This record gives sequence, C-alpha cells and structure tokens, in this order.
Amino acid sequence: MFDQILQFLITGLTTGAIYALVALGFTIIYNASDVVNFAQGEFVMMGAMSTVFLAAGDNGLPTPLAATLSVVLVICVGIFLQRFAIAPARGASVVTTIIITIGASIFLRGLALVVWGKDIHGMTPFSGETPIHIGQATLLPQNIWVMGGTAVMVLAVHYFFHYTMQGKAILACSYNRDAASLMGINVGLMMMVAYGLSALLGAMAGILVAPISFTSYDAGVMLGLKGFSAAILGGMGNPMGAVVGGLLLGLIESLSAGLISSGYKDAIGFIILLLVLFIRPSGLMGKRSSDRV
Amino acid sequence: MNRLRGPIILAAILVALPLLFPDNYFVTVVVTTAVLHAILAISLNLLMGYAGQISLGHAAFFGIGAYSSAILTTQHRLDPLLAIAAGMLITGTIAFLIARPILRLKGHYLAMATLGFGIIISIILVQAGHFTGGPDGLGDIPKLVIFGWAVESDFHWYIVMSTILILVVWLVNNLIDSRSGRALRALHGSEIAAEMMGINTTAVKSAIFVLSALIASFAGSLFAHQQSFISPDSFSFFFSIELVTMVVLGGLASTYGAIFGALVLTFLPELLVVFEDYEVMVFGAILMAMMIFMPQGLFVGFEKLAQRLYRKFFASQTIDKEQRDVA
Amino acid sequence: MLLKVEGLLKSFGGVTAIADLNFEVPEGVVYSVIGPNGAGKTTLFNMLSGIYLPDEGSVTLNGRNIVGLAPYKIARCGVSRTFQNLQIFFNMSVLENVLVGCHLRIKENFISTALRLPLSMREEKKARQWAIDALHFCGLEKYINSPSDALSYGVLKRMEIARALAMKPNIIMMDEPAAGLNDTETAEMLSLIRRISESGITVLLVEHNMHLVMQVSDRILVLDYGSRLAEGTTHEIQNNPQVIAAYLGSDTTTAGADVKAGGNHYAV
Repeated sequence: MFDQILQFLITGLTTGAIYALVALGFTIIYNASDVVNFAQGEFVMMGAMSTVFLAAGDNGLPTPLAATLSVVLVICVGIFLQRFAIAPARGASVVTTIIITIGASIFLRGLALVVWGKDIHGMTPFSGETPIHIGQATLLPQNIWVMGGTAVMVLAVHYFFHYTMQGKAILACSYNRDAASLMGINVGLMMMVAYGLSALLGAMAGILVAPISFTSYDAGVMLGLKGFSAAILGGMGNPMGAVVGGLLLGLIESLSAGLISSGYKDAIGFIILLLVLFIRPSGLMGKRSSDRV
Repeated sequence: MNRLRGPIILAAILVALPLLFPDNYFVTVVVTTAVLHAILAISLNLLMGYAGQISLGHAAFFGIGAYSSAILTTQHRLDPLLAIAAGMLITGTIAFLIARPILRLKGHYLAMATLGFGIIISIILVQAGHFTGGPDGLGDIPKLVIFGWAVESDFHWYIVMSTILILVVWLVNNLIDSRSGRALRALHGSEIAAEMMGINTTAVKSAIFVLSALIASFAGSLFAHQQSFISPDSFSFFFSIELVTMVVLGGLASTYGAIFGALVLTFLPELLVVFEDYEVMVFGAILMAMMIFMPQGLFVGFEKLAQRLYRKFFASQTIDKEQRDVA
Repeated sequence: MLLKVEGLLKSFGGVTAIADLNFEVPEGVVYSVIGPNGAGKTTLFNMLSGIYLPDEGSVTLNGRNIVGLAPYKIARCGVSRTFQNLQIFFNMSVLENVLVGCHLRIKENFISTALRLPLSMREEKKARQWAIDALHFCGLEKYINSPSDALSYGVLKRMEIARALAMKPNIIMMDEPAAGLNDTETAEMLSLIRRISESGITVLLVEHNMHLVMQVSDRILVLDYGSRLAEGTTHEIQNNPQVIAAYLGSDTTTAGADVKAGGNHYAV
C-alpha cells in the first residue's frame, strides 16, 4: 500500500510539475497584461511537436539542438501572439480577450494539423529508461528530468522577477502601465518579453513531458485547461500560488486515479477546485479583492 | 409598435426563407441548427450580456436537458413532452443548487468555476455509461409529438425551432425591459448601487442563472428529439466556448446580436469546408480578426457603421459634443 | 430620533477608521458630516448603508437596529444614498437608471412581465411617471432619454440623486455631491439639497465644500481620525475653537474667520 501511494506521488508530482509550468506561464501573461491566455496549452504542444519533428529521421538534429530550436520557435510564436493579436485589442473586455486567445489557440492547432498531421508521436527519453527502484515504486529518469527541470525554471523565473531590472520592469507594467511608461520603461517591449517568457516555459514543459506522455496536434487543449485550473487554484496572479496549485492538482489527479477511478480523475480534480473556490473565492494564495466606493 | 418590430422582422425572415429556397439544405438543416444555437445564445446572453456574469459551461445545461429527455423517453418510456418538463426540472434544480456558491465568484474565478462545472458534467456523460451510453451515446430517441402532430422531417423541425425562437425573443425582450430586467442590468452596471436601490443582487443573479439554464435545457431536449441520437461530443467544453463566442461575436447585451452570432458561427464551418485541411486554421484566424477589429461584436459594429452612414447622409442629430468631452 | 449611532467602531487591519462614534440625526434635518480626508466619513456611510459591517456598536433606524442587514435590506428600510465616485449603470439610459431607483415601489414579478400582463403594464407606466418626476425634480428633464455614458460629470451627479430619490426614501445619504462641480453647478446643488429637505426627506451629507455645508446644514458632525471632534448646530460649529483649530492649523484667527464666513474652502 505504501509503495503504491509512493508511486502515485511520483506520478502526481511529475504531471503536477508540468501543470505548474503551464500555470506559471498563465500567471506571467496575466500579470503583465490582464489576459487569460487560452493558447498557453498550444505553446506546450508546439514545443513538443517541433522537437519531435526536428529530431525525426536519419537526418534529424540531435535532441538538445532540436529542443533549443523549438523553444526559440515557440518564443517567436508567443511574441507574435502578443504583437499581432493581443496588442491591437488593448482595452477590450476580459471576455473579448479570452475569445481572441481561444481564436489563437484554434489557429495554432489548425496550423499544427497542417504542418505536422494528425498522428500521435512519442519521444525518446533524455537519459535512458532504466528505472530507479524505491521500494516497490519506480522512478524513471524522465521523471527526474521533469521535476528537476521544473524546479530550475521556477527558480529562474523567481530570480528574473525579483533580481533583474527587466523582471522588475514587467512587474511595474502590471501594477501601473502608464506610470511605468512615464518612468521610461518600454511597455510594448516588456509585454513581448513577458509573452516570450511564458511561451518559453510552455515549450520547455512540452519537451520535458513528451517522452512520458505522447504528443499530438491537439495535446495542448487539456494541458492549457489544467494550467488555468492550477493558476486559479493557487490564486490568479500569484506565481508561487501557480506552482503550488499545479503540484497540488497533479497530486489530486494521480491519487484519485489510483485510489478512486481513473475515468473520473479529471472530474475529481475539478470538483476539488470548485470546492476550494466556494470556500476561498480567490484561490488558495490569492489576494482578496474588495470593492471601494 | 416598436417592441414588436424585432420579433415580426425575425418571423418574416424565417417565413420567407423556405418560400424563397424550398427544399434547400442550407435552409432546412443549417438554418434550423442556427436557430437552435440562437436560442442557446440568447439564454447565455441573459446571463453574460445583461447580468455580466461570464459562463464557460453553458453546454452542460444543454446536455443535461438532452440526456434527461433521451434517458427518460428511451429507458423509462416517458412521453416526450413530459420528459422535456422533467429535464427542465432536473436542470433547474442543479442550476439552483450551484448558483449561489458559483455566482459569489467574480471574473476569472467565475470563468474557471463554470468551465470546471461544464467539464465535470461532460466527464460524467462519458463515464456513466450505464445511464448515458458512454462515449457511444444514446440512440433511438422517439419522435416528438405535439398535440397529435409528429415532428418528423427537417422542415417540421425548421417550423418548430423557428416558432420557439420567436417566442423566446419576445419573452426575453419583455423581461429585459421590465423591473426584473432592469435589476439584472443594474447589477452588471454597479453591484453596490443596485444593492442600494433595494435589489437583492444574489437572488437576481441566481434567478437569471436558473432561467438561462432552463432555456438551455429545453433546447437540449428539442435537440435530442430532433437528432434521435446524442453523444457527449455535442455537449463538451468546446461547445460551451462556441456559445460564448456566438454571444460575444454578435455583441453582448443584444438579443439580436446573439442571433446574429449564432448564425455566423453555424454557417462559417459550412462555408470553410472549401479550405479542406486549412479549415481549422482559417476558422481560428477569422475568429481572432473579428474580435480584434470589432471587439463590441459584429452586430454593434454593423449598427455603428449603419448609424455613421445614416448621419452622413441625413445630417446632424448629434449629442452636445462639449458634454461628451467632460464625461 | 430617526437615526441613532452608538459606540460605532471599525478598523481595517489594525488601522482604526471609526472609533467609538455616537451621534443622532433628528427627522427632517440636513445633517452634515465634515472632516479632513481620511477622517472616516465614507467609511461611516458604508457602514450605515450595510456595505461594511462595523466591528462594534449599533445603528438604529426608527428604533430598529440595522447592523448586520444586507444593503438591499437597509434600502428597504427607506435608506438611499449616492456615491463619492459615481456608481452609474452605464449600460442603461438615464430614465432606466432612475427606474432602477423605483425597484422597490413596483409591484410585479418575473412571469407577469415576461408575458406582459396588464397588471405589470400599469405598474410600469406608473413607475415611468415616478422616474420622470424625479428627473424633473433634479432639473434633468432634457436628458430623460439620453444614454448615461454620454453625459457630463455634473449631470451624472444629479442623476444619481434622482435615482436615490425615486426610491421615495426617508433618509438620503449624499457622499460629496458638490465635489468636482463648478460654481454654477455647486449653486444648483445647494438649491437641490434644500428642495430635497423641504420635501420632507432627511439628508445626511458628507461634503468638503464648507460654503455649501454652512449654508445648507441644520446640524454638523465634525470627524477627526474617526472620532467625534464636535457636534452641534451650524452656528455652534462655526464658533467652536477646537474645530477652527483643527481645520486650519494653529493660526486660529484667519481660520476662524474662514469657517465662520463659510468661505469656499476645501479642507485638505
């Protein structure tokens, strides 16, 4: 029993780490521009798919190079999204921006369908498949890659926003765009940096997880939703909340799949999310809002 | 009479279409679907456009209605009309129970909660195969018989759906322009001011949430009988998003906008078939472009354009410009 | 006594906004609450109207304790208010905004209106007349059918008052009705407040414009850091050395002259 639970925890933390990265991407874009980016999942899908295709075949690139190129490609997609879809719609309502990003996600999915086709693809793990045994539970090297990679990126994002001028400038834009602009911050550029960074996180998540779960042109949808759930669970706008929310959601799903029912695991995740919101309307670590009159 | 003008024009169009294009696939099948979508979009618009409460899970109520009808008529041999009422009762109860906790949430949290609710329902539809037939769906749903008249052909359904649409438009228009409707719009404008005018905003929000769910459930039952076969695919998260898109695309807080949005979004995929493999991509691009360039919706966009042309040609009835500047 | 406030206390995260406040408002008066920014005036209004829950104390309206009631229930006790930073229903026309004010006076329900039964049509017609009357009363007759998002600040301020009056309240709370208005508009506001008072409605006023306050008020409450600095008739307040000192620092001679003369002074 204990070993079984341990196994669920390992699986849960691995998917949770991916959710955390997607949620973190959501949070960065939300903080910078008040937009809930429903195309976040597509960043994940594109990262994985383009790596698979760049590394495929006899003349394929070595995986690290393919991965790097893919990340760059997805960053460009993120910047394009900001520049050509979000920036022109400034001042539009929340719902309108939601639909724009949904439109973008449909567009990117359609593009992936045209370029890469409908097939489902796998990827070779980065460092073999020899499992590490902890009691009866097994830990695959790729699990370590996912968790380690996530930890490194979370720390890097934390460092970026707290210790670099650019990171602080983005935060300034999110608090007060006009004031930031008056302080000489290039708001437009900072927005592109934020979207680029968010795309980078998404692509990395996609590449890390591809060897464990297969990827296809429509793999981004569910991941995007889960990332959004995780961000809300933790409290929209709080990066630490996003990470905690992601890990928690991963654990909840893995435990309920193992102990209750695998068919209902997603439903249980959402039910717990709803219950949390009913008790804490701004998520676990979100700021409480109050009306001023 | 001004207030009847809309429903009359709508009725005239719906009568004229089959006369102008008899036995046309686009009219009897696609327009019927568009009309069904319009009923759903109007019900969602009550909640989103007028009351300002976003919902990304409206398809769930549509689905609960459809499955209630399907299950009750096939497995329990209930009369279709009774099943429709029972479906509305079930949907209404569920909506009533979740309304208060869900509508306490605001903005993105509300979006997430309604989205989550929709996904939970669609997972249940897939997983509870014992009742719902699982991913394979439910078939052999009996025909609808209204006072001895069996609704059979596509054209019959065109008549039924159109009649109901006109009725729904009439009812919703009456409601919006009344004490309750104003209370609804007031809480969208300023919840605190609405409370100070004596409006129990929590109760109003719940009421409109339930009403909106009831209409969706009714539409779901009709859909089940029309199709005679249903599967969870029709009630997924994607359909919820599609409904929201119809409402926003047409223009929030406009019943005719919702109809227009439903029409555009039903016809667009039919027309985009010519793009073959590129269909999905083009659809996404069009959606983005429309929202970027007409963020207030197509209906309002066209209305403004028409007004501008009207002013240009029939000169000057303008609002005091100075006052506009101050405000 | 129409309104009685006893031992009212409210703090936000350790900062005391209102500290042990007591005062009484007799029926039919214009009762002003003055004090520097941050003295707790709007917080007081928010507690009286049920938006904030006081930490301690009681608010009695016509002998009934209204602490803990939801704002809409307090409104049903005949309390109406306007807001410092406007709360307009911008998605509705001027007439519709004021019609919302008639909400409690209209007897009709969901179903009768959806079906347009004659009963609700009659109610609707009456309500329209009430709303139009309220707009006339506030001098807004030419804006009846305007959309509310195309109007000037001054017009919107008066529209909020018309909306509050359409409720036929016993007491109306006005939060800085003259803020942001020019001299002409302020003079109009002064006469409007007088007419409201003459129509028998008790007026509770928060305002920085001393000129207006001194001319219109029957009694004045002076708040300072959430406590009561002074309370009394307008004459008493004008001659209260403490008030004079607090209002314009220690230089009491000029300050006194100012408050006394009811000069057009904005407290900072």
